[in-house]
Amino acid sequence: MSAGLTRIFANLVIRDIRIAYNLGGSGGDAQGGFLLPVLFFITVAILYPFSVGPDAPLLQRTGTGIIWVAAILSAILPIDRLISPDRNAGFYDQYAVRGISEELIMLAKIVSHWCASGPPLLLASLTAIAVMDIPNTEIPIVLTGLLLATPGLSGLAVMIAAMIASMRTGNALAGLLFLPLAIPMLIFGAGSIRPGGENGLLLLASISLLLTAISPFAAAAALRAGRE
Amino acid sequence: MGEANAKNKSATDDAAILLRCAKLACMRGDRLLFRGLDMQLASGELLHLSGPNGVGKSSLLRLMAGLLPVFSGEYMAHETLALCDGQLPLDHDLPLDKALDYWQKFDGTSKAQRAGIFAALGLDELSDVPVRIFSTGQRKRAALAMTALQGAKIWLLDEPGNGLDIASQTGLATLMSEHCQKGGAIIFASHLPLPEPTGGYPLSVKCSALDLQEFAG
Amino acid sequence: MHGFANPNRFLSLARPLTLIFLVSGLALISCGLVWGFFFAPADRLMGETVRILYIHVPAAWLGMAGWTSIAIASVVELVWKHPLAGVAARASAVPGVFFTAICLATGSIWAKPTWGTWWVWDGRLTSMFVLLLLYLGYLALAKEAQSQAAAGRTGAARIASIFGIVGVINIPIINRSVEWWNSLHQPASITAGKSSIDGVFLWPLSLAVIGFTLLFAAIILMRMRQLLADIRTEAKLRRRAAV
Repeated sequence: MSAGLTRIFANLVIRDIRIAYNLGGSGGDAQGGFLLPVLFFITVAILYPFSVGPDAPLLQRTGTGIIWVAAILSAILPIDRLISPDRNAGFYDQYAVRGISEELIMLAKIVSHWCASGPPLLLASLTAIAVMDIPNTEIPIVLTGLLLATPGLSGLAVMIAAMIASMRTGNALAGLLFLPLAIPMLIFGAGSIRPGGENGLLLLASISLLLTAISPFAAAAALRAGRE
Repeated sequence: MGEANAKNKSATDDAAILLRCAKLACMRGDRLLFRGLDMQLASGELLHLSGPNGVGKSSLLRLMAGLLPVFSGEYMAHETLALCDGQLPLDHDLPLDKALDYWQKFDGTSKAQRAGIFAALGLDELSDVPVRIFSTGQRKRAALAMTALQGAKIWLLDEPGNGLDIASQTGLATLMSEHCQKGGAIIFASHLPLPEPTGGYPLSVKCSALDLQEFAG
Repeated sequence: MHGFANPNRFLSLARPLTLIFLVSGLALISCGLVWGFFFAPADRLMGETVRILYIHVPAAWLGMAGWTSIAIASVVELVWKHPLAGVAARASAVPGVFFTAICLATGSIWAKPTWGTWWVWDGRLTSMFVLLLLYLGYLALAKEAQSQAAAGRTGAARIASIFGIVGVINIPIINRSVEWWNSLHQPASITAGKSSIDGVFLWPLSLAVIGFTLLFAAIILMRMRQLLADIRTEAKLRRRAAV
């Protein structure tokens, strides 16, 4: 088994990425999962100027805040599709029969979810930055912040997804459970722009790392509990 | 490492026994399904596990596969297991061939054995058809192919005959017969009678029966 | 059926304890509040509004104590699989969210005349608000756990416990984070109000804190009895339907 650990991990990650980006398949309900959160993110970013008016200084000042809110909210959207379709189809039972640990599976899920959500979000944030006319000096801070936060958001999303997968009313719970745990990243991420917020990115990185580190274990425990 | 040790042990101590239960009890929620179950499964054995609905056949198989905890008593499996229940964990957007590749990469089994299994289950024509458009019987056969391809010594089959036509049932029986002749063992859980291959089971396949109703809690 | 052995022993102990906690708690609360509202002097700086602290401080303490008990009971439930621990964790959620809400409301009422605004994004306030959100999420999981418990299943209860434990990590992070963060917002008045409490305020305040804590314990015990009774009734109905 030990020699095969990397191969198992790669196999798991490749499958999830294939499904998220809809590569090589021929239609199905789990396809193209990466697109919806990104479209949602862009929609929020474009709607914001409509609602506050085309006041350039105001948009410049508040734009990064809205980008962060949109990023957090768009991370909630795919949660109910991350674990439960595979769980209901019996994938996790078959992994267990083969003796593959839930922690490894959940870590692979986090990695693949990041691959399917992080880069698209960073690309989409360029659109948002353009729409809000964010000052040039702030652009690298926003992008670095999002880059640092996305692993933590992926970890959190997988953890919550594993928690709600076995529950009848799970889907309605996703946002309620996700938001309070994501708030620290929002505070540091959005705050890193403000004057005096230089260490914000450092704090953001450490919290993102902490969440990424605990989420495979919490998600694996939730997955086992859900099997009961 | 542990797996290799277990294999050595079973090979030297008692070569024939692949799986053993002693005074086993299973609890689902607040319901005691069965208790005091003593049984063992030998190499080459095909065990027909019968009993009415709700007596705990599926739960016993899931317990044996390690998916449910032992409530009391003992349970030991000395060999690798494969579980075929009502689910079909294959990527629905992929053709059957490619969907099975995913699991064979975990199991490290060769693609060469597919020909015989596909022929027995009548899946040859379906190998390039996406799994999502399979009918109920075809899904069942695909799930059985997945189990057979896993290369496990012990097969745990939960109601495998449901939804299969006569030809496929005979094909399944042929596969089961071959697996037992190669030293494997099968638990066939069903309230239906055991299907027979053409010409019946050879003597080297030890057919046995167990009614779980006798151990109901 | 061994799962019911413990609740029975618990129930025989819980009934008298509930009464003791309830009566002594209410007595201490009345003493503390009457003392604080009518006999203690008004604060030199904050005036009469200081009196709301006799409710606000116990509420803040119990809001946090509620989640701490959830986290401790959750660890017991996950590690030792004790059937009562899950019930205890779920029973702490409703009084916890109640006192957290009271804390936020009284804090707001106090802040308006004192700070000139209903709300400030200060570390304490923000973490209290996030605590309220965590409670709401936990309550939703607890509801699911309760409905599973009637069927003897424990999956959702264990998932709720995982959330309870992860949530407890969140609280200090938020508290610290906003403090590092928005320290410019208004650090002085809270620390002044907290640290330089005079004896004349301390006595009625202590009475109120102890009284509210006893009331809190009584509510938890009552909730636990209620939850256990609900599980039993539901299980009985299910058994009748199964026959």
